[in-house]
Amino acid sequence: MTTIFERDNGAENEYLGECEVSYKLDNKYCRDKKLKLPGVSEGELCRHYTQLADNTYGVNNGFYPLGSCTMKYNPKINEKVAALEGFSDIHPLQPKSTTSGAAEAINLLSKYLCEILGMDSVTLQPAAGAHGEFLGLLLMKAYHADRNDAKRNKIIVPDSAHGTNPASAVMTGFEIVNIPSAKDGMTDIDKLKEAVGEDTAGLMLTNPNTLGLFDKNILKITDIVHKAGGLTYCDGANQNAIMGVARPGDMGFDIVHVNLHKTFSTPHGGGGPGSGPVGCKSFLSKYLPEGECSIGRVKAFYGNFLVAVKALCYITSLGCDGLLSASQIAVLNANYVMSKLSGLFETVGDGYCMHEFVITLEKLKSETGINALSFAKALLDEGIHPPTMYFPLIVPEALMIEPTETESKKRLDDAIEIFKDLYNRAKAGEDMHNAPKRTYVSRVNEVAAARNPIVKA
Amino acid sequence: MANYISITESEKKQMLDAVGVSEIEELFGGIPEKVTLKAPLAIPHGLPEQKVFAKMSAMAAKNKVYRSIFRGGGAYRHYIPAVVDSICSKEEFVTAYTPYQPEISQGVLQAIFEYQSMICRLTDMDVSNASVYDGATAAAEAVAMCKTPRKNKALLSSALNPQIIETVKTYCFGSDTPYEILPHTDGKTNVDFSDSDASCIIISQPNFYGVIEDVEKICENAHGKGIKVIVCCNPISLALLKTPGECGADIAVGDAQPLGIPLSFGGPYLGFMACKTELTRKLPGRIVGQTTDTRGNRAFVLTLQAREQHIRREKASSNICSNQALCALRAGVYLSAMGSRGLERAASHCAAKAHYMAAELCKIKGVSLAYKNEFFNEFLTICPKPEAALSALDDAGILGGLVVDGKVLWCVTEQNSIDEIDEAVGIVREVCGK
Repeated sequence: MTTIFERDNGAENEYLGECEVSYKLDNKYCRDKKLKLPGVSEGELCRHYTQLADNTYGVNNGFYPLGSCTMKYNPKINEKVAALEGFSDIHPLQPKSTTSGAAEAINLLSKYLCEILGMDSVTLQPAAGAHGEFLGLLLMKAYHADRNDAKRNKIIVPDSAHGTNPASAVMTGFEIVNIPSAKDGMTDIDKLKEAVGEDTAGLMLTNPNTLGLFDKNILKITDIVHKAGGLTYCDGANQNAIMGVARPGDMGFDIVHVNLHKTFSTPHGGGGPGSGPVGCKSFLSKYLPEGECSIGRVKAFYGNFLVAVKALCYITSLGCDGLLSASQIAVLNANYVMSKLSGLFETVGDGYCMHEFVITLEKLKSETGINALSFAKALLDEGIHPPTMYFPLIVPEALMIEPTETESKKRLDDAIEIFKDLYNRAKAGEDMHNAPKRTYVSRVNEVAAARNPIVKA
Repeated sequence: MANYISITESEKKQMLDAVGVSEIEELFGGIPEKVTLKAPLAIPHGLPEQKVFAKMSAMAAKNKVYRSIFRGGGAYRHYIPAVVDSICSKEEFVTAYTPYQPEISQGVLQAIFEYQSMICRLTDMDVSNASVYDGATAAAEAVAMCKTPRKNKALLSSALNPQIIETVKTYCFGSDTPYEILPHTDGKTNVDFSDSDASCIIISQPNFYGVIEDVEKICENAHGKGIKVIVCCNPISLALLKTPGECGADIAVGDAQPLGIPLSFGGPYLGFMACKTELTRKLPGRIVGQTTDTRGNRAFVLTLQAREQHIRREKASSNICSNQALCALRAGVYLSAMGSRGLERAASHCAAKAHYMAAELCKIKGVSLAYKNEFFNEFLTICPKPEAALSALDDAGILGGLVVDGKVLWCVTEQNSIDEIDEAVGIVREVCGK
């Protein structure tokens, strides 16, 4: 597609008009280099971005079973509410007496999240899940420092964890102890027992885990870490499976983050903004950014406030029963798809899955040469956004499928047929290495992009 | 009650049959009984949309929307052309995930590529990332980019926005990075590198007090000591002021909220980060690059991912995953709509009207500029009765300046007409001038 710079014909839009007064800054302060922003008429600008939007795949374009990302429908009322002037046009530094409505929204959402997560306090400051992890780990750091327990410098992370977990732990000055998962995909209790000790600061665990399985030993796990003097962190990325069913706080977790842009229906915006509130138990509350022994702020002002407003709107719409239904149907939809695909594809875990499941294409690859990447690219030609590929790392040729509760049975049935059809075509010898063929661009050369980076026009 | 579920009761039964269970609860059998909730969540029942809207509207109505704002301090009310909201509410942009699948994401990838290009042109830097959370976290991430095994201390100007200082300090606590706060004289950062072992210095241009710093000189001196320079800039001011690139800075960061993003009670905003080529592989977050597809057509893709957490895990340059992509889109649309001349005009409005207001305020007995150094669109005044003046302005629906150490920090943008400025000055005169 033509870039906005290539459309530049020197057109000038007029939005502001002449200024009634003038002032000339001394030349020594002024830029010499001429600023070169695109010069296009407003009409051309609209057409440009309409074309870009046409080549962007959103949730309303079709099935989006991107595991771990919870691509559910983003209700329109949330957007309408967040755009209200009373929320969108208030200054973060205006007097507190003039923002009681904003305080009410923050307090109410925090209260609801405490209840959903089984925690005592929540901060809305983190702007994303990884940001929440960073904050949660700072709570651990402050807690141990406060107790003069300086030797606790290790964070235990299972090999099935999101990449953000170890990256966050390093940003907070911890060392990583990776522990392998057991054969059934659960935490290996023996390995955990070996890993904990006097240097254990804490454990980071996703539950339900990244295989879409609820760790049945969760109470034992959190107990082992606590007995060793460590704290427990729940990566709540998979909260959509368990709302109203089970709570991290009741599983023995001390700290948890949730992603409002996953479980609580706020849109992903092509990468953000998200919001990653962190909840903790009362003995850690004082270390929160707002607490009396604060770790400090992790972001300016109050976090991604408008995202919080959207999540509050969602919880208000669904209520306790709606949240429970959302999780139940999310789990039903996942199990339905899994049951239909398990005849052809090998799935991980025995029994039922939670809101997502992982299939491995290892056998298909060995038989036909079609790997998870090519299979995913072939799905693009069928109008489906592929599942998350090659994650978790412990499953070879993994595709992680999360249908979410907002998909209809018809969509699921269609998708199931497409998966089966592609499988059969691969088995019949169809070459998918050149897929996709019907998309705006064909397979993109990522290696060349990284070797010779062109990152601006 | 809304639930946005598409499955009907009869379909639910069919699906349960297919799965081989009779009740949905059986699917949760893997959760130990001990951790299963026994009672419903203590959250009210759901509401129909009409009632939700009424409830949320009532909440919004409790917040005061000022007709006129003279307060900045890290959040600015600028004019947002209608086209920005229109384009940025296209649901493909709003609802897409991070563009992991480039073949169906060329639109969002190209939009980010164009945003990166515009940030590079504004700052006069080589490489921009796709955004981070906000200006404060951008500054904190920039500090991490400058650390070396031998040098890790950060120098922070005391004339940075306090929100930035606090955020950087928190990140420094996390990574065990020592820091030192540099004092300021007459509103300008006092820099003495004579025996400094620092890895970097962060300064703001213009700074928290609105004052224009000697960035060029600071860069020269810092580089002589092997210290990298991070400049936090107001993106609107970059249409007029000497760019970080021209001054010799290593990294330019800032909050691009002024570029088409509403005040929003502090977020979501937009952290931008741009740097010199040699620091590219230390830059955190997503970067979009241009390449080709198998047919040789131009294509865009997330690139240099070997820096990122999903590939490198504990060896990543940062833990960032989600960013502020939709806000970056807003900035890109805003800059494209305004164009060079439009942005220069916005910046000129800001500077001219701020200087007009400063001059008018200083005509009031007892009111004077706290610093004599040149400023852009924010300035600090000594004011006899700051609280009383602000309260009188508030009564008139005007949000006055921010009280900082007993003085008042004013901000003027193109949104403030001369009539509004005269009115506000008149109210301050009523309170302070007698």
